[in-house]
Amino acid sequence: MTETTRPVLDIRNLRVEYPLANGDTLVAVKDIDLTIRPGEIHALVGESGAGKTTVGNALMGLLQAPGKIAAGSIVIAGKEINLRTGRTEGIVPGRDVGAIFQDPMTSLNPLFTVESQLCEGMLTHLKLSSREAKARALELMKAVGIPEPERRLGSYPHQLSGGQRQRVVIATALACNPQLIVADEPTTALDVSVQAQILKLIRDLADQRGVGVLLVTHNMGVVAEIADRVTIMQNGAVVESGPTREVLTAPKAPYARTLIAAVPPIDTRLDRLPVPSEETQVTLDARATVRRKSAKSETGSRDEVVLSVRDLAVEYGGRGLLRKTLVFKAVKGVSFDVRRGEIFGLVGESGCGKTTVANTIAGLVTQSAGSIDFEGTALGGRREKSIRQSLQMVFQDPYSALNPRLRINAAIAEPILFYKLASNADEARQDAKTLLEAVGLPADAGARFAHAFSGGQRQRIAIARALGPRPSLLICDEPTSALDVSVQAQLLNLLKDLRDLAGLSMLFISHDLAVIRQMCDRVAVMKAGEIVELADTETLFTAPKHEYTRELLRLAPSVERIMGRELASA
Amino acid sequence: MATQSLMRRLPPVSVVIASLVLVVMLVLVIFAPMIAPMDPRDVASYSLMDMEIPPVFMEGGDSRFLLGTDNQGRDLVSVILFGLRISVVIGLGAVVFAAVLGVVLGLVAGFFGGVVDSIVMRIADIFVSFPTILVALLISGIARAQLSAETMLAWAPLVLIFSIAINEWVQYARTVRASTMVEIARDYVRAAKVIGLPSTRIMGRHILPNIMSSVMVIATINLAGAILTEATLSFLGAGMPPTYPSLGTLIRIGNQFLFSGLWWIAVMPATVLVILVLAVNVIGDYLRDHFNPKLMAR
Amino acid sequence: MIRLLSVRLLQAILVMVAVTAIAFVMFRFVGDPVASMVREGATQAEKDAVRVALGLDKPVLAQFVKFVGQVLTGDLGTSYRYQQPVTTLLLSRLPATLELVIVATVLALSLGIPLGVLCALKPHAFFSRLTQSATLVGISMPTFVTGLLLILVFAVNLRWLPSSGRGDLVDIGFWQTGFLSLSGLKSLILPSITLALFQLTLIMRLVRSEMIDVLSSDYIRFAFARGLPRTYIYGRLALRNALMPVVTVTGLQIGQLIAFAIVTETVFQWPGMGLLFTNAVGYPDVPVLAAYLLFVGFLFVMINMIVDILYTFIDPRLRTR
Repeated sequence: MTETTRPVLDIRNLRVEYPLANGDTLVAVKDIDLTIRPGEIHALVGESGAGKTTVGNALMGLLQAPGKIAAGSIVIAGKEINLRTGRTEGIVPGRDVGAIFQDPMTSLNPLFTVESQLCEGMLTHLKLSSREAKARALELMKAVGIPEPERRLGSYPHQLSGGQRQRVVIATALACNPQLIVADEPTTALDVSVQAQILKLIRDLADQRGVGVLLVTHNMGVVAEIADRVTIMQNGAVVESGPTREVLTAPKAPYARTLIAAVPPIDTRLDRLPVPSEETQVTLDARATVRRKSAKSETGSRDEVVLSVRDLAVEYGGRGLLRKTLVFKAVKGVSFDVRRGEIFGLVGESGCGKTTVANTIAGLVTQSAGSIDFEGTALGGRREKSIRQSLQMVFQDPYSALNPRLRINAAIAEPILFYKLASNADEARQDAKTLLEAVGLPADAGARFAHAFSGGQRQRIAIARALGPRPSLLICDEPTSALDVSVQAQLLNLLKDLRDLAGLSMLFISHDLAVIRQMCDRVAVMKAGEIVELADTETLFTAPKHEYTRELLRLAPSVERIMGRELASA
Repeated sequence: MATQSLMRRLPPVSVVIASLVLVVMLVLVIFAPMIAPMDPRDVASYSLMDMEIPPVFMEGGDSRFLLGTDNQGRDLVSVILFGLRISVVIGLGAVVFAAVLGVVLGLVAGFFGGVVDSIVMRIADIFVSFPTILVALLISGIARAQLSAETMLAWAPLVLIFSIAINEWVQYARTVRASTMVEIARDYVRAAKVIGLPSTRIMGRHILPNIMSSVMVIATINLAGAILTEATLSFLGAGMPPTYPSLGTLIRIGNQFLFSGLWWIAVMPATVLVILVLAVNVIGDYLRDHFNPKLMAR
Repeated sequence: MIRLLSVRLLQAILVMVAVTAIAFVMFRFVGDPVASMVREGATQAEKDAVRVALGLDKPVLAQFVKFVGQVLTGDLGTSYRYQQPVTTLLLSRLPATLELVIVATVLALSLGIPLGVLCALKPHAFFSRLTQSATLVGISMPTFVTGLLLILVFAVNLRWLPSSGRGDLVDIGFWQTGFLSLSGLKSLILPSITLALFQLTLIMRLVRSEMIDVLSSDYIRFAFARGLPRTYIYGRLALRNALMPVVTVTGLQIGQLIAFAIVTETVFQWPGMGLLFTNAVGYPDVPVLAAYLLFVGFLFVMINMIVDILYTFIDPRLRTR
């Protein structure tokens, strides 16, 4: 028993540094301590740049070239690493530490069979014969729950689904019986249902095999779901560490408290997410100006239907000069209405067609059947200028949403000038300044280029640009899913404010049920190109009718549900 | 991440030297008539008395002729300066022609996709099936069969520019098309579409500036290629005529004297050619690594 | 996969039709086919007779159909210059060109791939930087200048190797080879090095950049995370991925190879098809030009088909789709 109680990972005062070109040093990890016992899942959470991935890389011996372990000690399963070289040379990655990466699509080599990739580690580290290795590979395939394991051994990665690939990756990590597994965002690239299965698999493996798991993640729901202990990092340092329930339900450090508060709850609807607001008098003044100018949206009652979609169908492919591509039906007969001043949500897993619906309404894709009626006009391939003006969109990826060669002012002023909402360039620039202030940015931001801004700021700029033409419908396609959770919370609050301010209607697309619950008045759940359930948000979340909706709700990892359940039972 | 800021560096010494060499060569080319000791096209300015003098650093060299003289007594420095001039002009001409054609077609193909894209790219496929030198030789052969000798002389530079550019545009078109398709999928272009901007404006104001750096990289690397192609064609006798020689023509002429020990007549222009192309390539290589490391290797 | 190949086949046929049309236009409209067939100072009646004999009085479309028929049966007309069937001429020159190209390609691949890999693995080592700089000089040296310098050093000054021709040939049935005699082999050295240098730089740079790309991929990071030996990761896992584009590019480069074979053959007076072609340009011998065009088009299409088929064998992703 003494053997099993020895920690599988013991990090003391670990410091990782990157020497910079100008002679300075970037300290990516600042003197952290971390201990994992056998069978324990320890979550390492934090927002981007917190240094959590660097810790994982240091353990796996994958620090990027100039980066080095500057101080501290790492003991894995009783073996200490050689710090003289600054590398984990005393520990053999693969034998002593298993690795699981984020994207199962890219972590397997496309040119080799599953069997070959599973066996190579065992042949190298355990010196097994190829027959022994194959037998063990088969065992592992069964252990990670891949159907038809014999046949799948001979498959190539592209023949497996995303979930199956991640199972293979886990099997590979387990191949040499390491006592520690480092899982770097193992489910971030997966859909909710697959995520739930993979998380369960990891939990089972920890319980049954006594493997310690360092789970690097940004998702608090995942942490709540499977982690025994959690460490929260900020700017390379540990902010708080302890048993998961303790940290998540009663965080002590101020940063931990903000971070956890910013996670949108799935079980209750909050008026605003409890993050510090950065509203100033300037912001409020600017918003008043925006409101005055968007007089158009004041007309019409709240029940009036702005957008009416009927039996919308969209097909991709099927054209080409020489090749006939396969027809893919992305959307198959979708109908819904968006009323004035309402936020209407579309939710579903990847590939369900929700983004295609948004693109079709925005005019980026042409429908193959069905009708879109916007403010009394049927929308087809070619659109009136006034229609295009009233329909604007905010996209998912803030890093590609802005033209890197245009100054922010020019980017925001361009549509204003194009729709002749300002009589000259100066006036347009003034409008741009007001809009920037209204979304909470300093007015002088306009003189800079996109690369000067963080992801959240860029998304604010993108919103300002979309508001420029004074739209009546704003389509938001996963506007916050690329952002850190605290930034997400601020942006969601901002979008709500703007809706109230300008009487905007919004079509809000997301894969995240919690975000949908916080944002939307009504919501439609999509699956495989069809709407399976459409209801008021509260009705849908409290009394879901369709089996698929219930499953999604059940599988979505959620902090307060799990913690709440445990509290209740305790 | 922070590691990216580590990569910012000054251009290496080789690039600085290459740029200096290019600037000097450009100055020489522009002011060739003033700098050159004699006008190689003016029969009165040279004499058969001076023929086949080796360069100054060799025994029997003459201080009037730094790099020696050719079989007609022409000063090699002057001949090379004028030859360099022709090589550079044809190279630049071909690059501009090919770049304009390629960028426009690539942009249109990438932006509109579908049938337009298929047609443009299939045409490109056919063009690229035939190497530049082969096509240029064919065009030269056809021109020879169709045109009189005098017309051929007058039109030689334009025929050369055309036959080089007619293949090289494909490179621009393919890269621009690929970059356009990447940019089109990016949200700022989609945003511009949703805003309702017309296609020409999206292409010109939003996409073009963002793909210009890769066009510049190709153009630089392509300039080296165009100069080499012109030299090769002239060397094969399908390029500039001996009466109006480019560097390639000079090497072709010198080639005949290789076995009689008059190596400098061929080697001097060849050296200048290699230095010119090398300088351009060093800069092109640097630009590629700097702006677009993923750009396809030539 | 079958669909992919049939699309490729269709494209190949289109390319061949286009090439044939161009060749036909050259045959028919470039220069005067009649003038080259009759004796000096022939009467109009004689010319007309030749015209009818050649079928030039028929409609253009009919002529084209007849031309295609002739091409399919291997009849590519008669050379103006040599007054021999072009097919015979081309075939007699084929062995010389093929031997040169094959030796050069083998040289280039066997040196280019290891050098490229080496430069990718140790990008900052002195050797790699040196090689990288050398390739820059390599792509800046026109093939004909390389050839001239080699001739100057090894043929004119040192007198070690011949500067032109193929040396003594051994006749093995339909094929005249230079592989079987000492002078034949010696003659092959300079031209094949010249041609190989051009390919070598391209292959090396390509292998290097592909290898660098592959090394930064997730699956190679994952392989390192599994603690596999470096030699195994580089030599087996990464190299296979990096060589995939090399196959494509080698296929695409075949056109360039033909072009530079023309240059090399001209510099070394190597009696292959390229030399035949350059001489035809100067003459101008239109039937030879057109036939050469057809030949190159055919070769290009064939090589690309082979590359496509090869690809389906190397890449499992294409095999099952």
